[in-house]
Order: sequence, then C-alpha cells, then structure tokens
Amino acid sequence: MEVKRERLPRAVDPSGLRVREENAHQLLRGNELEGPNRPAHLEGEDLERYVHERVMTTTLDSAVAWARSNSFFPLAFGLACCAMEQFHTAGPRMDIARFGFEAFRASPRQADLIILAGRVSIKMAPIIRRLYDQMLEPKWAISMGACCSSMGVFNNYALVPADKFMPIDVHVPGCPPRPEALMHGILKLRALVQDKAEPGWRGRYGAVGTEERP
Amino acid sequence: MPDATGLELLAAELGDAARETVYFREQATIEVDPTRVREVLGALRGKGYSFLASVHGVDYYPEEPRLGVIYELLDMARVDRVKVKVRVTVEEPEVDSVTPEWPTADHQEREIYDMFGVVFRGHPDLRRILMPEDYEGHPQRRDFPVGGEPVIFTRDERKWLEEPSEPA
Amino acid sequence: MSRPENPTLSDYRRREQSVTLSQLDEPLAAGEDGSETSEELLTLNFGPHHPATHGVLRLLVTLQGEVVRDIKPIIGYVHTGIEKTAEDKAYWKVIPVVERMDYLAYYFNAMAYCSAVEKLVEVEVPPRAQYLRVIHLELNRIASHLIWLGTSALDLGAVSIFLYCLRERELILDLFEMSSGQRMHTRYFQVGGVMEDIPRGFERKVREFLKLMPERADEYGAILNSNEIVLQRLRGTCPLDAETLLGLGVTGPLLRAAGNPWDLRKADPYCSYEHFDFKIPVGTVGDNYDRFAVRLAEIYESVKIVEQALDGLPEGPHITEDRKVALPPRHELATSMEALIHHFKLVTEGFRVPPGEVYAPIESPRGELACYVRSDGSSKPARVHMRDPSFVNLQAVSHMVKGSYIADMIATVAMLDPILGGIDR
Repeated sequence: MEVKRERLPRAVDPSGLRVREENAHQLLRGNELEGPNRPAHLEGEDLERYVHERVMTTTLDSAVAWARSNSFFPLAFGLACCAMEQFHTAGPRMDIARFGFEAFRASPRQADLIILAGRVSIKMAPIIRRLYDQMLEPKWAISMGACCSSMGVFNNYALVPADKFMPIDVHVPGCPPRPEALMHGILKLRALVQDKAEPGWRGRYGAVGTEERP
Repeated sequence: MPDATGLELLAAELGDAARETVYFREQATIEVDPTRVREVLGALRGKGYSFLASVHGVDYYPEEPRLGVIYELLDMARVDRVKVKVRVTVEEPEVDSVTPEWPTADHQEREIYDMFGVVFRGHPDLRRILMPEDYEGHPQRRDFPVGGEPVIFTRDERKWLEEPSEPA
Repeated sequence: MSRPENPTLSDYRRREQSVTLSQLDEPLAAGEDGSETSEELLTLNFGPHHPATHGVLRLLVTLQGEVVRDIKPIIGYVHTGIEKTAEDKAYWKVIPVVERMDYLAYYFNAMAYCSAVEKLVEVEVPPRAQYLRVIHLELNRIASHLIWLGTSALDLGAVSIFLYCLRERELILDLFEMSSGQRMHTRYFQVGGVMEDIPRGFERKVREFLKLMPERADEYGAILNSNEIVLQRLRGTCPLDAETLLGLGVTGPLLRAAGNPWDLRKADPYCSYEHFDFKIPVGTVGDNYDRFAVRLAEIYESVKIVEQALDGLPEGPHITEDRKVALPPRHELATSMEALIHHFKLVTEGFRVPPGEVYAPIESPRGELACYVRSDGSSKPARVHMRDPSFVNLQAVSHMVKGSYIADMIATVAMLDPILGGIDR
C-alpha cells in the first residue's frame, strides 16, 4: 500500500486556528524545512508571528498552580452528616470526577486536600491536627459545613471550630451544604490556588481589603 | 405497660425494695433502693421482663437526691415495659453494676459514669467513654456550663480584640 | 527516641506516648513445644481515621497472626453534646438539634423526640399527619439502607454498587426536598404533626420512585448475590445467636437476622403502622449474609408500606389544631387576635410542658431508637436522652468477631451498620 502525503490546500483565512493547527502539525512533522515558509527564511514581523503561533510563555508558578489545582487528591475523611453530602458530591449526579478530584486517598501522605466534613469534637481535634501535619506540602483545607467552620448548630463544650487548630483555606457554610455548595467551595479553592480568586461579595460592597489571609 | 393496678401488684411483690411507684402517661415506674437494684432486676426478669432496653442517667437538680439512673425493661412476650428508677446523691454516687447479668449495660453504665459521675461498683471497665479520658468534670450535670465559643458580631469585634481573655 | 518526661501529663497521656524500640531487644519467649519462635499477640489500632467509611470509630484489635482474639471499640470522637444542648433550648428548637444525632435516619430521631413530647403534652396527631410521617419515615429507611449497602459494598470491594445506591438516594433526597425544602435534616416533623402539607406533584413523584425502586433493588441483589467473593466473605462469617444478642440489648436487623422477629412496628404499633400490611424479613443463621439479606429485603417492604400509605392518605389537617402547641396557619394571623398571641408565645418562649418523664421507643433502621424526655414544667426540657441503637449494638461486635479473620471483622463492622453520630451523640 502506498502512503501518499499531500499538503492540504491553504484555507482562505491564513490566521484561523485550524490553519495554525495544521501548520503546527506540519512543523512537527518537519515538512516545513523545505518550501517557502521554512523558518530560516522568515524575518522580522513574519518571524514574530511564526513564533507567536507556536509558543506559549507563562511563569513556572502559573503552570505548576494550574497542574496542582486541577488535580486535588482529597483525603477520604468524613466525620458526620456532612460526610453524607460529601458522598453525594462524589456520586453520579454531582460528579466530582468531572473536575478531576475523584481520587480520594486513604492515606494523608498521599493527599493534598483535607475536607473536614462534619463536627470536630475535642477528642478528635488532636487527631485531625496530626493528620494535617502528616500531609505533605502543598496542602489545603476546606472546612465543610457550619459545625467545623464556626460552631454550627451546637455551641457547646464538646466542639472545637476548625480554625482554632489548623489553617483553613475555604469555609463552606450549610448544614449540611448541598453537593453543589461543596463543589462551589472546591472550585473557589481551585481559583485561589491558580491565583485567580475573584473578590466575590467584597468586590460588590467595596470591602476588598478586609480578607483575613492576604 | 402494666396498668396502674398491675404496677401496684408488681411493687407489692418486690417488697420493701420498692420505695415508690409512678404511673404517668401510661408508663410505669418503680423507684427502688439503690443497694438492691440487682435483686429487683433479677426479680423482674423472673416475671418476664427479660430485655434491658436502656440504662440512662438523669440529674434531678435541684431536687435531692440529685442523680438518678433509670433502667428500662421490656417484656417481649407480652410487649410490656416498666421502668426501674434509682436515685443517689452526688456525695455518694455509688450503685451496683448490673453488667454481670445484663451485658447490655456495659457501655451504657460507662456513659452514665462519664456524663454524671455515678460510680458503678463491680463494673468490669469503668472509664470515660465519650469524653477524653483525662477530662475533668461530668458534662451532663445541670450545674456544668454548656460552654461553647462566643459569637462575635461585627459591632462587638473591637471589644473582643481589646479583651481577648473574656470567657463566653 | 525518648521524650523528656513532662510531669504535668496525666496518666492517660503518658501511656499514649509512642512506644520505644527497647521492647524489641528482649528475646522472644520460647514456644510451647520448644521451638524458637512463639506467637505473640499484636495489638493493632484501627484508628479513628480509616477508609472503611463508618465514621470515626476506633478499634483496638488484638491479633494472633491474622485471627482476631479481642476487639475493643473506643468511641467519643464525634461527641457533640447534643443532649446537653437540648436542655438549653425550647422544645420546638430541640428538634433540629436532635435530628443531627443519627445522621442517616434523621426523620426517626425527630419522630422519637416528637412522640415523647406529644405523650407529655397529651396532644393527638391527626391521621393525615400520621400517614405523612409514615411515608417519610419509610422513605428515610430506604435511604439509610441504600447508604449502608453502598458503603458496605465499598468495604468489600464492590465500588460500583456505591455509585448505584447514591443514584437512588439522590431521588429520595429530591423527594424530601420537594416536601420540606431540605435534603437532609429537614425539621419536617413537628410536635403535633408535620410542618407543612405535601405539595402537588409529590404523590406522583413518589409513585414514580416506588415503581423504580424494586427493580433497582433486584439489580443490587442480582449483582451481589451471584458474586463469589461477596458470598464467600459474608456466608458463614461471624454468626451470633439470638440469645446472646438479646442479652446484649441488640435489636433491629441484627436481631432479626439471628431469627428473632422482633419489630416495634408490628409488636407495639405506633403512628398508624397497624393499618399497613407488610412482612418482617427474618434470617436463620445470624451470620453476615443474613444481616445483608434482611436489610435488602426490608427495602422491598418499605416500598410496600409507602404505597399503601399513599393509597390510603386521609384528608385532614397536617398538624394538631391545638394552638397552644402548634403554630397557627399564616392566614389566621391577619384576622384573629388569639392566633397572633399564640404565635407570639410559641415563637418567643415556646409551649410549656407538664412535669413528668416519658420514654418513647420507635423502630429505626438500626434497631430500637427511643427518646427519654424529662420535663420540669418549664418551656425547656430538663433532660433529653436518646437511646441510640448503634450505641448498644456496638457492644455485640466483640462477641461477633472473636476468632475470625481481620477481613471478616471488616465485613462484620460493615454489616453492623454503626452510625457514629448516634453512638457518640
């Protein structure tokens, strides 16, 4: 069987995406080393446009943040009722896997996101702190539900708000928060990690400087 | 539930161990001398109440004697329930443990010890069960404070920042 | 690695510090037949955080090889002081607090508490409210069994069942959201009846679900019952006879799996359960497979009950007419002065309950759930105690797993269906 390679006819719009894509393919195949468009012959503006079409620059931080934020490994950690809603977030309807976060790890050494789902009692607090310490950097924490963010429904001797013993990045209110609410919190964390955090209500009410963490 | 007359007959059979009977909302309670709990429960078991559904504690503050332990018995054959109540003071909170005959009382008596401070003589392993083992105080007593974190509103924020050691 | 001795530590904390390696320097004791090695008992800590997702249960397991010789459950890691908080709030406000105890069977918690308060206040629940309560209770029973099935299958390794069960549970939570606005912890049951009547379209949606659920339950049965691994892990493992279970105070599907058909819905009917015709699934041997089969069969029975309740739903008020206990309907507030006063009194102070003590048991998906309420005549309860079935059932686990392997222990804890929120309250 004979394989015949042919140049595709040039499209009408030379700067369209499809054309650029096709040019990139041809570049990779090395077909452009001959012919009128070979890079050694380009000068000035043409050369700049050539490079602009093929190369993307970014900072290392942004690239790493993009990779990290799109592949959180949550720790399989459910305490109380919010854990049921956490199951539903991982369930078929509100699928956490479409964002890439379905790999719930059992061991804290392999996880980078701890979702505190449920009420934290005083007996459990040192254990959670130990789990958090065992996680490797970079690590984030989401406090899901009213009981661990503030004291929630039960303002009494037995509970500890999570802020008292570990740093929390995102608090998700609700009792229990709907799976959509937890997803919103996780996506907010994703935006935070990518440094694209929106000001949210603070922007609307002129309160941008009042965050607790910079 | 045995009706009011059945309750009186039951109490009469228990003799002087039974101090008082209460028939309230069709539920029967026999208040019993704290030192004779095991005997009474054994006698009731002979009468058919063979299932100990629940052992729970109550704090009757400010009525003395303050601490109470209530044993809920169930007769499965006749679907009959009866309560046995025992009251002790805070100064001498000792009751015989019924765990040897009724294994279900194991964790439940530990919970009463944890929450109220009632010491069960003869319990195989009397430790705190719900609170951390070195916790001080018995939380469910009426004079134990509820505790909790103060809720700081924005208008009070400055006050809390200036005096951070203020208790709730 | 040794730590400096801290004299302020309590005895318990000092014992909790890490074991030093010096114990390994001692030679192993000789075996009984003169052999070099002997078997030592290994104490393993299945810590409060482990992937067998039954909540924060800590098990101290003493092993000889892989055989479990003793097991000690340690609980208290999610103790929330619900009973103490309940003493601080008006009777009406205790309902959301108490609902969060056994967090899979929230309607049952509210039902037990409302039964107790209704007994104390001597208020009658209208028949329509009773039927609505039964519908929601049985739907909640199905939802609870679905999560049990999903997480137990997850423990045994069957991951897809977990997702299938969550798919069905989403449908049930949609129904709850339709009737009360919340998916979980709905505050739907109030003292004297239910909060609101069901909306239009609720009945149709429930019937659609009821047509679908038995087929889905058949699917789960078909997948699991013909799976060799599941059968080998569940059949014949960790049986316990009904005598020991009764001595331990165990009720619910565990007792029924051992052969004793004790079910409060049939034995001591409450809330119009005597109007419905349903069977009680009972097992024979009392091993893990029977516990699994009994719960799976209960799903079908619950579907039948909900169907009968929908068919026979009577007309009438959805909450008691006694305005001293239940809020008046909003349209009355504009016209009637008394309604306004009652509303004000109920919302600010709450209703007063005559002094006394009451114990109200119901049948929850895990066993006998009961609520003990003591009132001293004021508008706040003096003592609320929930007799949680999982708390009592947990004592049976050490009897069940003695002498079996670790894998069987995991399967047994899964089949026990412990809910730590109820255990720790």
